[in-house]
Amino acid sequence: MKYLSEYRNLEATKAYLDLIAAKVTQPWKIMEICGGQTHGLVRNGILDLLPPEVQMIHGPGCPVCVTPLSLIDKAIELMDQGVIVCSFGDMIRVPGSKKSLLEAKADGGDLRILYSPIEAVKIAKNNPDKEVVFFAVGFETTAPANALSVLHAQKEGLKNYSILVSHVLVPPAMEAILDDKFCDIDAFLGAGHVCAIMGYEEYHSLAEKYRIPIIITGFEPLDLVHGIYMAVCQLEAGKKEVENQYARAVKEEGNLAAKKVIHQVFEVGNREWRGIGEIPNSGYKLREAFAAFDAEVKFDIENIKVPESSACIAGEILRGIKKPKECPAFGTTCNPSNPLGAPMVSSEGACAAYYHFSNNEI
Amino acid sequence: MMDYSTINLGHGSGGLMTRELLDEIIFKTFSNPYLDKKHDGSVVKIEGEIAISTDSFVISPIFFKGGNIGELAVNGTVNDVAMCGAQPKYLSLAFIVEEGMKVEDFLKVVHSIKETADKCGVQIITGDTKVVERGKGDQIFINTTGFGGVNPKGHISERNIKVGDKIIVNSFIAQHGMAIMSQREGLEFESTIESDTTNLNFIANDLIEEFGKDIHLYRDATRGGLAAVLTEIADDVNMGVVIHENDLPLDRQVAAACEILGLDPLYVANEGVFVAIVDAAIADEVVALMRKDEKGAHAVCIGAITEAHPKKVVMESGIGGKRIVSPMIGEQLPRIC
Repeated sequence: MKYLSEYRNLEATKAYLDLIAAKVTQPWKIMEICGGQTHGLVRNGILDLLPPEVQMIHGPGCPVCVTPLSLIDKAIELMDQGVIVCSFGDMIRVPGSKKSLLEAKADGGDLRILYSPIEAVKIAKNNPDKEVVFFAVGFETTAPANALSVLHAQKEGLKNYSILVSHVLVPPAMEAILDDKFCDIDAFLGAGHVCAIMGYEEYHSLAEKYRIPIIITGFEPLDLVHGIYMAVCQLEAGKKEVENQYARAVKEEGNLAAKKVIHQVFEVGNREWRGIGEIPNSGYKLREAFAAFDAEVKFDIENIKVPESSACIAGEILRGIKKPKECPAFGTTCNPSNPLGAPMVSSEGACAAYYHFSNNEI
Repeated sequence: MMDYSTINLGHGSGGLMTRELLDEIIFKTFSNPYLDKKHDGSVVKIEGEIAISTDSFVISPIFFKGGNIGELAVNGTVNDVAMCGAQPKYLSLAFIVEEGMKVEDFLKVVHSIKETADKCGVQIITGDTKVVERGKGDQIFINTTGFGGVNPKGHISERNIKVGDKIIVNSFIAQHGMAIMSQREGLEFESTIESDTTNLNFIANDLIEEFGKDIHLYRDATRGGLAAVLTEIADDVNMGVVIHENDLPLDRQVAAACEILGLDPLYVANEGVFVAIVDAAIADEVVALMRKDEKGAHAVCIGAITEAHPKKVVMESGIGGKRIVSPMIGEQLPRIC
């Protein structure tokens, strides 16, 4: 497959692994921001192929994992009110305070699993007597499509479509991690897909302020080892710069058309992150002009608040302070069929990656 | 019967309308000496050991690229009997039809069942038809049970598996699941991927005829895909399984669709793929013989049984790393990004 098989090439990957081993002289901790990168590292067995000096720390970039518990309860409340709730597949098994969306569906709720929010607009159009809500979670990556769904619905004059927004932004999360007193990360692999939308202009000030290398990196095995190699090169040379490994998808300024749509519909606001807490200016909310499409306002569910489970250490996992296997519940009381927290459920969660692909020594 | 355009509750009442439906559609289509007696059941003779398997089919949509629920209901059960090392001969056939199903669609399904049964060399010898109220079914559910004599030349059993045995698959994986996925509401995407639904009874029996007891196990990799079958085998026999990512037979279009949707082809359903675990000494010959059959044209050895890591399936990744293949929990879900 063009643009895929080349990046899964054994010889090329091995060549970078050899270069990393030859270059590294001391221990380094590198955090990959995105959950997709975590899975790429684990499912391709890359973690075991890296020299022992290079330790990968798994970052908070799993949109499902950082979506607060209360948002899931809000979506379930909507289903209980007879609303058709549309969601990406990852969200539906994540436990809320009482049940997951999937369990709410089994109890009679109308849940649709979609790949694109545009499909939800179609469902709204085809069901004029029903309210339709799209569960708009995700990082900057999914924001353009979610924003576009609102514009489509507006253009169609639909009054029965709205979105339940839980959009989060990567750079504020990186800052929150770096500000944490337990943080000992030496370099970041930046999230390639997020940067494909947003570009990486704003990363320069981060790299400068925190004196840390940031390598915008892709998701295939070759991307990952290449990104790690670039990080190790900078660290060994004492550099602290932003570099772009994923140049085939990422431009410095990002995708201008997508950014325009985002800014038309959303504005930056405070957001609560599951396991981390509220981070100022770390998410998107709908602009005042689009309040009619805000499910929280429309259905009066703003006040649903629930505490997080105390047994789940998701916060420490997401901030890279602990690894999944350091959690006493990992693989015992917490597993994918009976998850205590989101990182064990989501296809991008670090706990799920460890459980599925390396739950025991091979 | 032709007076109706839809199936209604009367057709499941047991009265005249039921009789009409049976006579004009079921008996007429499947006519054979056993069924023609119109009795509650049939009496048949099968020599030696008998393999029996039952399965229910609830697929949605009922018509999909490369097949339909009727074809699936025959092939699925025929294959389950064949995986026991038996040659299926007879099939029971039970319908649960939802009120309002178009007669035209029902006929299409019935005719497809007949055509598929003929291809497999099985006869429908008993059956049942029930109609449920609208909303209590999903157009049509089908249950079939298959019966067949075990080939005495073979001996299919997990107990025969030993360290060093080779693992062979006959065809491209993940075709059926991706064909269905491409037609689900909200997920539609353009592709020409077709379901691989087919009968495996002849190819499976040919291998037993040729290699006898050196064929140690057959399993068809349906729901849960190849991963489900391999993880179950590793667990059952308390040995390890190692497979090689680069050797997995995967059609380019299916591989691309899996990439786009974020699905792992190892876990995607098949309806025409089986795993043969065979003595290492005959592995190459098994692959060669399979490839002579159109149903085994893409046969390939994907791995082996190991003493190391008992109860675990390990996949060597394309870049030389290793990972565990764990059993699937619930359904694979479309991802966010």
